[in-house]
Amino acid sequence: MKYAQTLLIPFQLLTFVMMLLALYTIFIYAPVEKTMGVIQKIFYIHVPTAFLAYMAFFITFIASILYLYRKDSIWDTVAHCAVETGVIFCTIVLITGSIWAKPIWNVWWTWDPRLTTTLILWFTYVAYLMLGRVVKENQRANLAAVFGIIGFINVPITFFSIRLWRTIHPVVITGSGFNMSWPMKFSLIITLIAFCFLFFSMLISKIRLERLKKCVEEIKEIMETGI
Amino acid sequence: MNPEPYIEARGLVKKFGYKTALRNVDIILAEGDSLALFGPNGAGKSTLIQVLCSLLQPTSGSVRIAGFDVRGDREALHQIVGLIGHQTFLYPHLTAHENLKFFGAMYGVARLSARISEVLDLVGLGDHRNDAVKNFSRGMQQRLSIGRAIIHNPMIMFLDEPFTGLDQQGREDFIKLILHFREQGKTVIMASHHLHLGLELCNRAAILKSGKIVYLQDTARISKNDFKQIYSQQVGENALQLKVA
Amino acid sequence: MKFTHKLGAIIWKDFISEIRTKEMILSMCLFSFLVLVIFNFAFGSSANLDRKMIAGILWVAFVFSGLTGFGRSFSMERDLGTLQGLILCPISPWTIFLAKLIGVFLFTTVMEIITLFIFTILYNATVLPFIVPLGLIAFLGTMGFTAIGTLFSAISATARARNVILPILFFPISVPVIVASVKATEIILNGKSLQMVFPWLKILVAFDLIFLLVSYLTFEYILEE
Repeated sequence: MKYAQTLLIPFQLLTFVMMLLALYTIFIYAPVEKTMGVIQKIFYIHVPTAFLAYMAFFITFIASILYLYRKDSIWDTVAHCAVETGVIFCTIVLITGSIWAKPIWNVWWTWDPRLTTTLILWFTYVAYLMLGRVVKENQRANLAAVFGIIGFINVPITFFSIRLWRTIHPVVITGSGFNMSWPMKFSLIITLIAFCFLFFSMLISKIRLERLKKCVEEIKEIMETGI
Repeated sequence: MNPEPYIEARGLVKKFGYKTALRNVDIILAEGDSLALFGPNGAGKSTLIQVLCSLLQPTSGSVRIAGFDVRGDREALHQIVGLIGHQTFLYPHLTAHENLKFFGAMYGVARLSARISEVLDLVGLGDHRNDAVKNFSRGMQQRLSIGRAIIHNPMIMFLDEPFTGLDQQGREDFIKLILHFREQGKTVIMASHHLHLGLELCNRAAILKSGKIVYLQDTARISKNDFKQIYSQQVGENALQLKVA
Repeated sequence: MKFTHKLGAIIWKDFISEIRTKEMILSMCLFSFLVLVIFNFAFGSSANLDRKMIAGILWVAFVFSGLTGFGRSFSMERDLGTLQGLILCPISPWTIFLAKLIGVFLFTTVMEIITLFIFTILYNATVLPFIVPLGLIAFLGTMGFTAIGTLFSAISATARARNVILPILFFPISVPVIVASVKATEIILNGKSLQMVFPWLKILVAFDLIFLLVSYLTFEYILEE
């Protein structure tokens, strides 16, 4: 725990620096795209946050399995904090997606597989958080873990079922590589790394906060009962 | 010689969220022992009983009943355990006969029809076998609940304030039944507010306060009055809750 | 042998209770009837509806009405206080789940048959020539959504806002089932062969198997306190 604490502050400073670098990359370094114009730059936020929104739920999935297997409350905390962080990133994906779509395709929303699956993911996140609020405390961790597992398994199935249904999402990452110029690819890599730092920074801070809260509650209880 | 512990709880802790209901409870009972559990409301008696019959999982500590771990071999454990508690576990839209038939099937009871008749007669509900439970009075439901709990002839009986709702006759019949359990060598754990009955019927007595066992003794070694004094001391002003009659 | 005997006992018990109260089946059928009527007001007369929409309307009626049904499967046991009695029996938690699932599935199927009948009347739909493929789709789709519905009913049984949290948990997870069932039904009602719905059936089968497996691995944790 001590090691982690001393490493945390430099990590968060580094995150700050990376995000500044990302901002510079997006607004100054990255070239303006020919057909789409300046609005295309939202791509550098949209793609990393999308990646992290799914990654967050994957973390919840693994943490949920580990919790049910080992019953160590740290895994429940990790799962829960990953959802809290993930839902923020998921919301950003949906909003940036809409903002990008309107000038390009002239619609605020389309029901294509990736967008729809991300929307379902968002609903799953929200359902997870609501579940945590309404069930009894002694069952909450178990039930949240089960839902975390079910929710994650549902994501690929949802994706395939909707893809079978329809698709018009632009294919940027094709089998043969990016359809982008080198400066753009480089910008994407920078922003991706920066957002990863941001995500893990937020996640670790949340986990730390939850653990401290737990400690306080336990101390309170000991003081109240005098045992 | 110490007989092999039949019911063994060591360092049992049960928490509900941040609230601790049971703190480091240690109980060791041999086969055929009977334990009377006393304590004020909220002390954790029901919680302790529910953990021992594996309806609740311990937060930490170990609990072994008849060699089975409550965290693991639950099915085997349930086969030999009976619980009479606050809830009757009866289905209101089924008749007395159907309720017992259901539980008999769940416990794999052999020669079920004969056993159902036997149990209904034992609890004095032979005349009501085809009446729906929703029409039963509280006392009748409690009787049928007793029938439900014993239908599979469990070796361990957990009783959580079992006299609730029973009239005088019902109480007397049930006391006879508990004595019968003891004759059969069943292990009994009974939570109750009835000091007199508890000390009469059981060979060990414990006082639970705020989730801790504060007193544990063989009933043969202490008089009722002394016990009552110790109870008042330990529990304080809550002594009023104890029925001495 | 013992397993099927105990499974049968729970199904028998739920069946008898339901026969005597008829609560679940009446409310489910009434609700689906209402849904079909309301959709008629929402979308205009049946002459204008193309088959895309009627497949959707039918499944919305099935799913929403099913929701009122399986919401009760575990919450009823909690309310009566009998769930603990059931857990205390020498039976694995998954057996309890399976028994509840089979019961809910059977009642939902009865509701669906009645709904389909009302549907053919209200919407002048011809369904009889397609009854076998429709039956297969309905079987797989219903198995899927009743499985998750029963699972989430167990999860939400102890929750405070039980009736609100169940649909919130249920709908995101039921999307693949609903999409596949509606699309497959639409294709069949358009007179196409069963061959064309194979991809959708594969999704339904995969969903059913995956979620039955997941329920098997996790149900004991849902009942654990």
